[in-house]
Amino acid sequence: MEEKVKMWDLFLTFARIGGLTFGGGYAMLPMLQKEVVETKKWATEEELLDYYAVGQCTPGVIAVNVATFIGQKTRGVLGGIIATFGVVAPSFVIILILASLINHFAEYKIVAHALAGIRVSVAALIVSAIVKLWKKGVRDLVGILIFAAVVLLSLVLNVSPIIIVIVAMLFGILYGRLAGREGKR
Amino acid sequence: MTFLLLFYEFFKAGLFAIGGGLATLPFLYEMAERYTWFNEKMLSDMIAISESTPGPIGINMATYAGYNAGFSIAGVPGGIFGAAVATVGLVAPSIIVILIVAQFLKRFQESRIVKDVFYTLRPAVTGLIACACFTTMRGSLFFPEALATFTGPESLLSLFSLPAIALFIVLLIGILKLKKVHPVVFIAVAAVVGIVLQF
Repeated sequence: MEEKVKMWDLFLTFARIGGLTFGGGYAMLPMLQKEVVETKKWATEEELLDYYAVGQCTPGVIAVNVATFIGQKTRGVLGGIIATFGVVAPSFVIILILASLINHFAEYKIVAHALAGIRVSVAALIVSAIVKLWKKGVRDLVGILIFAAVVLLSLVLNVSPIIIVIVAMLFGILYGRLAGREGKR
Repeated sequence: MTFLLLFYEFFKAGLFAIGGGLATLPFLYEMAERYTWFNEKMLSDMIAISESTPGPIGINMATYAGYNAGFSIAGVPGGIFGAAVATVGLVAPSIIVILIVAQFLKRFQESRIVKDVFYTLRPAVTGLIACACFTTMRGSLFFPEALATFTGPESLLSLFSLPAIALFIVLLIGILKLKKVHPVVFIAVAAVVGIVLQF
């Protein structure tokens, strides 16, 4: 019989992972491999990659999804919730502190100039993220058309992102039914 | 009541933001439009903070947005409470969905429907993030207010912030070429340029 994983161990391990990975998402994978697979042996390498794959296809942040998976695997539903709170806790505290600071300092001229410069870098960072997403997700003419349609609907007609997500999902099922019969894509 | 609304809005964002991190962005921009909790500029600051601190970006954004929303209602205690409400709201749908999916993981992974859905959802989410990016760029590279005094082609240049556009191009090339360099470096460079050139 394996020893039961302690709840506090679950919380602290995921808090450490959450507190040490910058940027989230894929940046977290090497940390998870080391902590969860090698040190704690809560999951195998394959399981971790499965969780990652599924975490991308389910709502929410990938890191949270992976934490919920591993928590629930070791200690059931409550374990899933504890692991999730663990992974969220460090950034929650850090952001709270920064948020209260930034609201205080935003009135200073020098801070305002710095923030204006930072906003430019944010635009550049998002564009680079879009380039990556494009390479991964927009693979053919259908993808390009959907991308264009979404930009039109959202930017020009101001359609809610929720409606766009739902319609895109339904369209995917419909398209899969119609086009998939002739063979694999 | 407002906190209930805060929870509801972030729960919605958590439920429909599929594909990780930046997928929450379009929903946050929609909130910035509809509520007085935070504005587009604060969202950009929030993204910079998220890129420079540990933890998943989506969570950081919920915490920061929730803080600002709560702060606008009831000061610092309201901010802390708002941050908790928004963060739990954002995380709740994914916890629920994962706990369900975990019961039949293999079947979910191999399901045709899941594959079909993501074939069209990925480009759609990319498009939504591109729109959110356009909003960020509008606020940092252009002067939308100059449109009001726009008189003709000769004042066209007054619409653009040329130093900001130059900085944007340099940074974008840097980010795409120097993949090993951490984003926080580019953010720091942009902050220094912003101070020196008085953005």
